[in-house]
Amino acid sequence: MEHTITTQEVNFKVFRFNADEDYLPYYEDYKMEVTSEEVVLDILNRIKWDHDGSFSYRRSCRHGICGTCAIKVNGRSTLACKESLNDMVETFGSDLVIEPLSKKRAIKDMIIDKGDFWEKNDAIHPFLISHIDEHPEMECAVTPEQANALNDADLCIQCGACHYACPVMEINEDFFGPAAFAKAYRFEADVRDDAHTTRLLELNEEKQGVWDCVKCMECAEVCPKDVDPIGKITKLHQMLFAEGVAKSNVATRHAVGFAHSIAKRGVLDEGELVLYSEGPAIVKHVPVAVKMLTKGKICMPWNMPKSDNLDEIQKLVKSSSTAKF
Amino acid sequence: MGKLKYALFTGCTAKQSTPEQMLSTMAIAEKLDIELVELTEASCCGASHLQDYDDFLSLVLNARNIAYAEKHGLTMVTICNTCQLNTAMTKHRLDNNADLKARVNEKLEEVGLEYKGTSMVTHFLYAIIDDFGLDKLKEMVVKPLSQFNIAPFYGCHNIRPSELQNETHKTPESSYNPSSLDDLIIACGGQTVDYEEKNKCCGFHVELQAPHTAAVLTGNAIAGATDGNADWMVTPCPLCHLKLDTQTGHASKAIGRDVALPVLHMQQMIGLALGCSSAELGLKHHVTEVDFA
Repeated sequence: MEHTITTQEVNFKVFRFNADEDYLPYYEDYKMEVTSEEVVLDILNRIKWDHDGSFSYRRSCRHGICGTCAIKVNGRSTLACKESLNDMVETFGSDLVIEPLSKKRAIKDMIIDKGDFWEKNDAIHPFLISHIDEHPEMECAVTPEQANALNDADLCIQCGACHYACPVMEINEDFFGPAAFAKAYRFEADVRDDAHTTRLLELNEEKQGVWDCVKCMECAEVCPKDVDPIGKITKLHQMLFAEGVAKSNVATRHAVGFAHSIAKRGVLDEGELVLYSEGPAIVKHVPVAVKMLTKGKICMPWNMPKSDNLDEIQKLVKSSSTAKF
Repeated sequence: MGKLKYALFTGCTAKQSTPEQMLSTMAIAEKLDIELVELTEASCCGASHLQDYDDFLSLVLNARNIAYAEKHGLTMVTICNTCQLNTAMTKHRLDNNADLKARVNEKLEEVGLEYKGTSMVTHFLYAIIDDFGLDKLKEMVVKPLSQFNIAPFYGCHNIRPSELQNETHKTPESSYNPSSLDDLIIACGGQTVDYEEKNKCCGFHVELQAPHTAAVLTGNAIAGATDGNADWMVTPCPLCHLKLDTQTGHASKAIGRDVALPVLHMQQMIGLALGCSSAELGLKHHVTEVDFA
């Protein structure tokens, strides 16, 4: 089949800012004929080469390996060198907004201060911690099965796409974020690593740790290497329980509370779940609960539904449970 | 087209904190002549938390729920985004991993059930779009919502991860620029509001452990819809609904601005357009009052 190249006109609205000179950022418009062969990075190059030599962005490998060229197109984090213009136009139409990964961290145009990303990365000890015998008698073999346990976490190129797409990062500056969690998992899942409990303890801390993940799936969606950071966060949750590190707090009790409630009634008892999770702190929910009660949004214990064939569920909870708390 | 018939997985909230969702689901099903067979045997899906504690148990329970839909030989429809994600994720994992499926079935066998993988799992929103059709719905509208600017709030667990979600319905959806709910609003005669937060997170899943994060996300969503000139919001997810409807106090405090908008379930919006009464749609069950119907 003959390969045809099509062209179309696209309007680009491009974020411009120079921290040394500008008080506020502004947007510059460029109208361009683009071909179906081009990627977003080609457009950045054309802006710099054909329109304004001062336009600044980071780029290096152009093959989706170095992770330097991540930016946002219409709010979507993406690797500029990998993202086809055609796909962007198909998703968003012919008006595309080109912005840095984080507007508030912009230094010059697309270039941001990624210091917070690296700080979080360093904080989870992103290296193998292992007591290695200087004169081993045999090699330290890792079987293919053991290597598979990394679940592609080692494919991360640290582009920051997920870190700056995560809504928690905008609100809670202590949060490690999806990239750091995926990196932590990469070492936690490594059979050669001896740091398990030390690293897990930090991931278990409120505010910074895995429990503050909102489960929005944004990180999985934007990752250009299919690392699936939320999948790794889930695995870290499971490891915390499996290694007995998960201490009793509102988040851990919330996860365990589902198993309890399901074992009792099949369906959830919403009120009991909140009580199980919060303990005495449940009093802080009283004002909202009263409003809900007056609107018929709270189910009274005597009306609480139960699943039919509850005995099946109870049998399965007994026979299939693999975790302990 | 024969009569549409589905196995309905109500989820837990429709039977407790969002009774209006159950009422309106049944009300529009009747209007649209869709038969819903309720899976009364179903358990909670784990709401994206159980698997953090016990992944295998979560798989077994969700597989059991699907097995009941399979027994009926019907597609399972969900009316909660998180039920949809957990159930569809279970189906995806079991259908693509024979060993895992065998391990799960070993457990289900103890209670005389088997997960086969024969039933689709789709959200009611997509069942209406794919199977019923928006053109047909449009023809049935008796009270077009033409005087309203309606802000769609999609809810994360219906649109992400898109690769998985797009396996569950025919009309493709982009998680970055979703259109299903906008299309539904237009079919009901309303004007859609475009705003940045429409495909963002409401914060529901960390309401207990990270209340500030949760409240800011809720506040931003309502503020975005308000600034887009919305009269009210609409969502296919009862968890988003609960967050946006009942938590406006915390949300306002967290973002330093008073925000509150009525938040309707997708079923209630359809019901209004089809001429259902306020009582049939349970509009009195909202904490942020629905003052226009």
